[in-house]
Amino acid sequence: MNILYYPGCTLKTTATSLEESALKATQALGIELVELKDWYCCGAVFSLSSDDLMHQIAPIRTLINVQEEGGDRVVTICDMCYNTLKQANLLMKENPDKLKTINAFLDEQVDYKGKVRVYHLLELLKEFGFNEIKKKVKVKLNGLKVAPYYGCMLLRPREVALDDPENPGILEELMKSLGVEVVENPLKTECCGSYHTVNRKEIVEKKTKQIVSSARERGAEALVLSCPLCHFNLDTRQLEAGRLPIFYFTELMALAFGLEVDFSEHRVDPKHLLEEKGILKKIRVMR
Amino acid sequence: MKVKTDREFLDRVQELSGQNLNECYQCGTCSAGCPFVEEMDILPDRLIRLVILGEKERVLGAKTPWICAACFTCTVRCPRGLDIAKIMEAIRQIKLRKRKEADETKIEKIEDIKHLPQAALVSNFRKQTG
Repeated sequence: MNILYYPGCTLKTTATSLEESALKATQALGIELVELKDWYCCGAVFSLSSDDLMHQIAPIRTLINVQEEGGDRVVTICDMCYNTLKQANLLMKENPDKLKTINAFLDEQVDYKGKVRVYHLLELLKEFGFNEIKKKVKVKLNGLKVAPYYGCMLLRPREVALDDPENPGILEELMKSLGVEVVENPLKTECCGSYHTVNRKEIVEKKTKQIVSSARERGAEALVLSCPLCHFNLDTRQLEAGRLPIFYFTELMALAFGLEVDFSEHRVDPKHLLEEKGILKKIRVMR
Repeated sequence: MKVKTDREFLDRVQELSGQNLNECYQCGTCSAGCPFVEEMDILPDRLIRLVILGEKERVLGAKTPWICAACFTCTVRCPRGLDIAKIMEAIRQIKLRKRKEADETKIEKIEDIKHLPQAALVSNFRKQTG
């Protein structure tokens, strides 16, 4: 299966391991993520003021490119991009007048027809089927105790949520299909502090401490998530000793499919934990 | 005592947010669930009340809208269906559009930011500019 794919800026710069592991893991499932020939930064946050159409133009331009490449849907991996593209798309679908204004402004491009659907990779995996994913597992991640973390952008606002905003389960289902022992964390949907990591990093340090300690107290040896900004925050802003590795879901998928993963972008190195569980050894033996 | 109200300010917040603030019945669910409430100087539900009362200076001088990271927790939970994240954005916008100094973005050297993810930088700058 081929599907058009929008990477966004962060996956091309500070989170290359997210893109790399996602491409590897989906290939192992027979899913080909085909990068859009041309795309723009989505703006990272959806513009919330009612009169501001200017900041909707970047996401809409990307959606026009999807439409022109013949895609009826586009998949994102970054949670920020997912949220921004999906909210901008929804605004256009629900407000034909706003769509008309934007189309008139973008007179050098073809009109956006408002038909593209925005997906997150997790939704695509659910559609593929967690039982099917289970069949592809070569190295069961048994004994690895991991707490899923969703943050905000996959779940809120409700109109763009890919799961129940208060009690999501998609990451848990995926993790179980890989053999991971899921640890429940009541702070799994709590915001990590997002962009405050630039100017007010003490807020992010405080939230990171709460989220990670809450997982650790319940027996988690690591956290798993999908957002590259949450990853940076939880991975970099852990201060105390005994820090927990933060995995991308795509990295755990790649490992379970017997593929090598580059952890060089991680501040808390997960290799020690993976050796301890015998996971890396099993992958070496397979090769 | 004569109560001074600034109806124009309320109208502007309602226009920019697309929300009817008078729907708010002050239950405090937004403040109870806000992950950053400890850092705020005025609780979100109180800030809404101050907008309704036309307390423009107090609202525009508050730290609260700048601490709000638009995580939409309050938006999802508000029993009156108010999109509080949009109300916070409207307050930020009113200040930003007057070219008033918003938050303290202090970046002196490129070395200070080059390790940061693009998603953090772009969203931070988006929230600090009009």
